[in-house]
Amino acid sequence: MNVYYLQLLILIGINIIMASSLNLVIGYTGQLSLGHAAFMSLGAYTSALATLRLGLPFGAALLIGAVVAALFGIVIGLPTLQLKGDYLAIATLGFGEIVRIVFLNLDITGGAVGLRGIPKETDFLWVICLVLITGFALNRIIHSRVGRALLAIREDETAAESMGINSTYYKTLCFGVGAFFAGIGGGLFAHWFRYIHPNTFGFLNSIEYLCMVVLGGLGNMWGAVIGAGLLTIIPELLRQIADLRLLIYGIVLIIMMRVRPQGILGQSQGKSTHTLSRYYKQILGKIKNR
Amino acid sequence: MFVQQLINGIILGSTYALIALGYTMVYGIIELINFAHGEIYMFGAFTGMILMTRFNLPFPAALLLAMVTAALMGVTVEYVAYRPLRRSPRLAALISAIGASIFLQNLALLLWGSRPQNFPSPFKIKVYQSSFFSISQLEIIILVISFLLMVGLSFFIKNTRTGKAMRATAQDRDTASLMGININRIITITFAIGSALGAAAGVLVGIYFRTVNPMMGVMPGLKGFVAAVLGGIGSIPGAMLGGLLLGIAEVAGVAYISSQYRDAIAFAILIIVLLFKPSGLVGLPDQEKV
Amino acid sequence: MLRVENLSTGYNSIRVLKQISLTVSEGEIVTLIGSNGVGKTTTLRTISGLLRPTEGSIHFCNKDISHVPPHKIVELGISHVPEGRNIFPRLSVRENLEIGAYTRKDRLEIKKDFKKVMEIFPQLAKRQKQTAGTLSGGEQQMLAIGRALMSRPRLLLLDEPSMGLAPLVVLGIFEIIKEVNRQGTTILLVEQNAQIALRTAHRGYVMETGRIILDDSAEALLQNDQVRKAYLGE
Repeated sequence: MNVYYLQLLILIGINIIMASSLNLVIGYTGQLSLGHAAFMSLGAYTSALATLRLGLPFGAALLIGAVVAALFGIVIGLPTLQLKGDYLAIATLGFGEIVRIVFLNLDITGGAVGLRGIPKETDFLWVICLVLITGFALNRIIHSRVGRALLAIREDETAAESMGINSTYYKTLCFGVGAFFAGIGGGLFAHWFRYIHPNTFGFLNSIEYLCMVVLGGLGNMWGAVIGAGLLTIIPELLRQIADLRLLIYGIVLIIMMRVRPQGILGQSQGKSTHTLSRYYKQILGKIKNR
Repeated sequence: MFVQQLINGIILGSTYALIALGYTMVYGIIELINFAHGEIYMFGAFTGMILMTRFNLPFPAALLLAMVTAALMGVTVEYVAYRPLRRSPRLAALISAIGASIFLQNLALLLWGSRPQNFPSPFKIKVYQSSFFSISQLEIIILVISFLLMVGLSFFIKNTRTGKAMRATAQDRDTASLMGININRIITITFAIGSALGAAAGVLVGIYFRTVNPMMGVMPGLKGFVAAVLGGIGSIPGAMLGGLLLGIAEVAGVAYISSQYRDAIAFAILIIVLLFKPSGLVGLPDQEKV
Repeated sequence: MLRVENLSTGYNSIRVLKQISLTVSEGEIVTLIGSNGVGKTTTLRTISGLLRPTEGSIHFCNKDISHVPPHKIVELGISHVPEGRNIFPRLSVRENLEIGAYTRKDRLEIKKDFKKVMEIFPQLAKRQKQTAGTLSGGEQQMLAIGRALMSRPRLLLLDEPSMGLAPLVVLGIFEIIKEVNRQGTTILLVEQNAQIALRTAHRGYVMETGRIILDDSAEALLQNDQVRKAYLGE
């Protein structure tokens, strides 16, 4: 396969992992996170250091990176997920910036120079397998009792709590799972490009993953896949007009929010709230009966 | 040493305060984090620089015109990116705001390139020395202008008919419209004033550091928002206090801890405030309605 | 003065008002009674422009106002005291009243009206500089009415002025409503407390699930068996 297309496919795969894990947090639990790239960087740096310095096999390094990202997700999530709406968004943004600045200044991560010489371990097979595993795992979560509890929290947290759903527990759990897969995405990224820099995982990157989720359709698994695919391919197609690329990106976001804020695969607003709230009342009933 | 740090902190903080005012006023009225505000600040700085270098305007005229230009720009952003989404979900408006921010940033890159440009200093470098501290004429002028703007704004909000209407609209939009207040007009005025203050901050920072570049709005924009949250989002005196405190904390952090973590200090403060007193220092009681 | 014809309004796709018609003539107090959630508040919110009607029309002094925005409707002479009072809690009492006169430019006349409101509500006069959020429920209701009067309305829309107030305070408020009417302001009053509303008003409409089911003079409604059973608890 042509190297260029291979790289594009691998990027799409990594972005699918990133977008669908973020979709779990935003689309299924309604928690607006603006720090997803920070979890990716935790996974990227941890796994890269594991292979580079400790000589661990790639699979183990990926797992360690993901676990570290998940731990951070839980530690950060536990207090901040008490915050609502915009405040949570800003807290996660602040956390993401702190992680970036810390990586910029640590010696072990190469600081502002970045981390070089990471072994090239990521290949097409790894990516496709992990995309499938991520999709499968997230799908299982969403259609389990946990997923129904998450949906109930998104629809009406107060009501969900009054039905005995421990919202902090479920929100933190889901934040941790989201961070875990972001960590995997980071590990794959680091071992493909062989070089990582803190600014690769900045605020704007978090925004990019958010845009993928929103473009595809919040709370829709295939939506995240389509969003990730489109927002990886379109900028590539616009490469000839590189200067205008991000300019157009901004305009597209504004127009998209005006014309189809629910995303490509999202349901229209009135309909979705209607069926969802009916659905979720049934769920609450079921949970109560247990 | 201590007095000197305090003065430096107040100078930096007064520019944060001017930026924070724009965030807090807009958030107070339409509950939206105006992500494009940092870019308005950047455009203000560029406009001031261009008016002084290419049109040879004197500093006061350039400052005033930059404020007017930024006001028009802020109003346009509101009209194009926020107004059509007034009844949409919060997330849609937030993403539209991010789109506007990305667009403006790249517009500036397209217009002026990514290289920093010199900002001419309109004042002679005259330094006043005392046994405790030294302060330059330029620094005094920056302080005087920002304090005049803040006093002027406070007077306007407190005493004028439009100022009272702005406060009423922030407290209860529907009821304000029942009083005969044209809400759209108030929102326009809010964006105009907030953007003008942001532009003033941009020009002042420009003459202070004598350089401008298209990315200069990102960090001060985020920090201005941190200052607004620190003071209590929606509160005008809070934004002023938050800005000053953030400036002082940052300068103290650089002096006594480490200059590398300069930008992390603001975000650490942000997270601490959000966790322990999300309503901010002079914040209004918790507004989260059940 | 006010003529509402076949008015329907809804939130999203749920229709709340189903073709209601009512009129209010100059000088009257007209009341709209009914239990919770039948569409009384929605009626007032549609008249004052906060909600857009999906069909039907609203005429005020022979002008179609069904698609006029709320701030323009105030200028035409309709003032709305919303449910739950909705005073501006962080403005002072005086500032609340000043905002009430927002549409007016005649400073001298505003001052006169300010004095007049202070005479009607002496309790507020003592608390001019206090922030409105610190007032008691009854005082907040007074402030809300006083604020509405500051725009010199020809028609005053009152939404549940008795809500959450002690019985004695309610009596006082309704005395004031009568007095305001005697001084020349027409009133459309929405109330759940049918007893006091019908004793205050000249005419009344009874609403059930988005429809008007009865209209008559207030005395006649007080005698009506259906009304007595359903709304007067007899």
